[in-house]
Amino acid sequence: MPEEVKKKRITDVGPHDYHDYLSPMIKKNYGKWAYHEILDPGTMVHIAENGDKLYTVRMGSPRLVSSSFVRDICDMADKYCGGYLRFTTRNNVEFLLEDEKNVEPLKKDLDKLGYNVGGIGNIVANIVHTQGWVHCHTSASDASGVVKSVMDELYEYFVEEKLPSKVRIAFACCLNMCGSVASSDIAILGTHRKPPKINHERLVNLCEVPSTIAACPTNSIRPEMVGDKKSVRVNEETCVFCGSCYTVCPAMPIADAENDGLSIWVGGKVSNARTKPTFSKLVVPFIPNEPPRWGKAVQAVKTILEAYKKGAEPGERVIEWIERIGWSRFFKITGFEFTKYHVDDFRLAEATMNYSSHARF
Amino acid sequence: MGKKHETPLLDELKKGKWISFVKEMERAAEKSERTEDLLGQVEESYRDKITHWKHGGMAGVKGYGAGMVGRFSEFPEKYPGVKECHSIRLNQTSGFFYNSDVLRKLADIADQHAGGLFNFHGSTGDIQILGLTQADAEDLFQKSAELGFDLGGSGSDLRTPSCCVGPARCEFANYDTLQICYDLTHAFQDELHRPSFNYKFKMKFSGCANDCVAAASRSDLAFIGTWQDNIKINQNEVKNYVKKFNVQKYVLDKCPTKCMWFEGENLVIDDSNCVKCMHCINEMPRALKSGDQKGLSILIGAKAPLVTGPRMGMMLIPFYDVHEDSKNDYEWLKGLISNMWEFWDEYGVSRERIGELIARVGLVTFLEGIGLEPTIDMVKEPRSNPFIKFEDEEAGAE
Ligand code: HEM
Ligand code: SF4
Ligand code: SF4
Ligand code: SF4
Ligand code: SF4
Repeated sequence: MPEEVKKKRITDVGPHDYHDYLSPMIKKNYGKWAYHEILDPGTMVHIAENGDKLYTVRMGSPRLVSSSFVRDICDMADKYCGGYLRFTTRNNVEFLLEDEKNVEPLKKDLDKLGYNVGGIGNIVANIVHTQGWVHCHTSASDASGVVKSVMDELYEYFVEEKLPSKVRIAFACCLNMCGSVASSDIAILGTHRKPPKINHERLVNLCEVPSTIAACPTNSIRPEMVGDKKSVRVNEETCVFCGSCYTVCPAMPIADAENDGLSIWVGGKVSNARTKPTFSKLVVPFIPNEPPRWGKAVQAVKTILEAYKKGAEPGERVIEWIERIGWSRFFKITGFEFTKYHVDDFRLAEATMNYSSHARF
Repeated sequence: MGKKHETPLLDELKKGKWISFVKEMERAAEKSERTEDLLGQVEESYRDKITHWKHGGMAGVKGYGAGMVGRFSEFPEKYPGVKECHSIRLNQTSGFFYNSDVLRKLADIADQHAGGLFNFHGSTGDIQILGLTQADAEDLFQKSAELGFDLGGSGSDLRTPSCCVGPARCEFANYDTLQICYDLTHAFQDELHRPSFNYKFKMKFSGCANDCVAAASRSDLAFIGTWQDNIKINQNEVKNYVKKFNVQKYVLDKCPTKCMWFEGENLVIDDSNCVKCMHCINEMPRALKSGDQKGLSILIGAKAPLVTGPRMGMMLIPFYDVHEDSKNDYEWLKGLISNMWEFWDEYGVSRERIGELIARVGLVTFLEGIGLEPTIDMVKEPRSNPFIKFEDEEAGAE
């Protein structure tokens, strides 16, 4: 093919200009919204300074979706809102309607197609999550399956407003935490419990020893000659099974069918409203993997949610409730056991001790 | 047509009211043998309780070092469709706004060149298309680029920036999150596509302290909308709220600095003690609005646990006049970011995030390196230990 006819290769064009996808009403009222009202857990309305009303219908999504799902939501958007739609940071789909008359018919159609409308207000929000066995090599558990099992069990809390405040749940399948696990009201985390298994034969060619050593947060990796080959040794006394070495060295796989599972954390918060942002804290150190339904993990999440629902005052996020009643009562109410694993021994451990005579009896 | 692989365990996840990812995979598998094999392999993981993906492996598009992640099956003979099962990241639009026309075209691309499967979206923000091979990469990339969708980040680079819905549909936005996110992503295309950092670097933009993109816990540089002057009060609307719920208990008593009170029926706020936490505005949006001198706070250093533990973003710049700087294409901010990257490049080590570097060398050293002065808002409180390293000239000046 002559050079001129050849299509020019496109690179570095960056993201598409979002203006092309803003509906006329949004363009007109950009930056001029006055307030909003939540009509029900699936619907809210934003009122502009000039009185324009934009209705939003929110629908849950499993995040891992087919092209047919994408075409379904496009059909709905064409039928009811001029083709305009958006996604939320928690993977929900939002239809943006200018005509109130379309709200109920859209919700009916979505229901007919088996989609879940909800997720606004004091609800359990869609679970932010990661790849799991569907797409990652470090996973200590699947992601989508645990999320599906938890959301099935908590479904009523997504479609109805029954909680003191919103509850954000997150899932990550290993300590890399490709989800927002470190600061969620309830977090589920894939957890390894055995050191990496070193394949000395492969390590020579696949891994760089200094960067492998540097990857370890606990200085547990030392260089070692195995026969005539440069390799490494892991100090199993100090290894915390984090998998960081595996990320840089493919010859140190850490997944282990018998010993991998989940841990449960609570009380993270990212918004600055009232109290400062916080990290999630350990509640259950380990629950074995139970595919396909992860019954014990689901039950643990439900126990926390129900205790919170019962004990929190209106408007209190999980951490605000726990800090008011105290961690000792949180453990008592929920029945989870406090163990040696709950006492921090990492970098900021000192900051977590109780420097006072305060105790609840 | 019968199923290629029996999936009794995954079938259990088609039950229940929440929308099923297994059904979604099956819908994709109707058109894609690759996704049929993906279902088979995932079923095997469910049976064996372990992942069946190999570690890494190269995959990418020409001229880019990022945007595509290689994934190879442990059982290529048994599941040939996922021998290669890579994913590619397309930079989402600001605020995740789309129309049906472009989403249909992306759906066609995912069917033609991958397994007909998406993540809408990845947790960083990208649209991810799953199940492509190296041979698909160039066509998939070019077709997406023709639609105006370039690749996102991966590896040790600037990761795809993302922002909240902001002024497009939120009354709380203190600045144009969509515009700045779009502008900076375009300005830093090279840093995004061609990894040259010590490790990943993330930027997220939230229009107010509600922080709907979790910027302060997930991004090295978090931009959080705020204001410097007084909260605007509509006393009539306050009275309406007082009729509806216990404003004293649920708003005033929960203000973190107790800087609000009633004088008669009028609400009074001591704005000099307000920390712009958004609580009162969230609770009474018709009565209270943020002030006129809007801008944003910049927090630095948030990250997930690896390698040296999780970090929350910490205050770097309490007030950045984004409206003023936007008139010069954010020249000041871009300069500041470049300074940080230079400092990180010079003093950081491989796989050290910028927050970890600051913790290692100390905040003051970092500030000196990037040309900022320490201010009281950067700390919770002054130091309580006396181990002060006085510098020579100050001691000598006595
Ligand atoms: C080993 C294979 C890995 C896979 C398959 C993987 C997968 C992903 C994916 C698909 C995303 C979303 C990307 C996007 O939206 O563009 C993501 C985000 C993320 N990854 Fe990974 N990742 C891996 C390794 C790591 C490692 C080694 C770390 C940390 C040391 C890490 C930390 C994160 C974090 C914190 C996010 C979320 C960032 C945010 O919320 O903005 N990941 N990962
Ligand atoms: S959290 Fe860990 S296992 Fe899960 S996708 Fe991220 S790197 Fe993979
Ligand atoms: S798993 Fe983590 S703690 Fe253990 S050797 Fe590897 S990097 Fe170190
Ligand atoms: S962060 Fe603030 S401005 Fe942005 S969407 Fe959330 S509430 Fe609105
Ligand atoms: S924004 Fe927060 S700190 Fe400021 S007055 Fe309102 S509740 Fe108090």
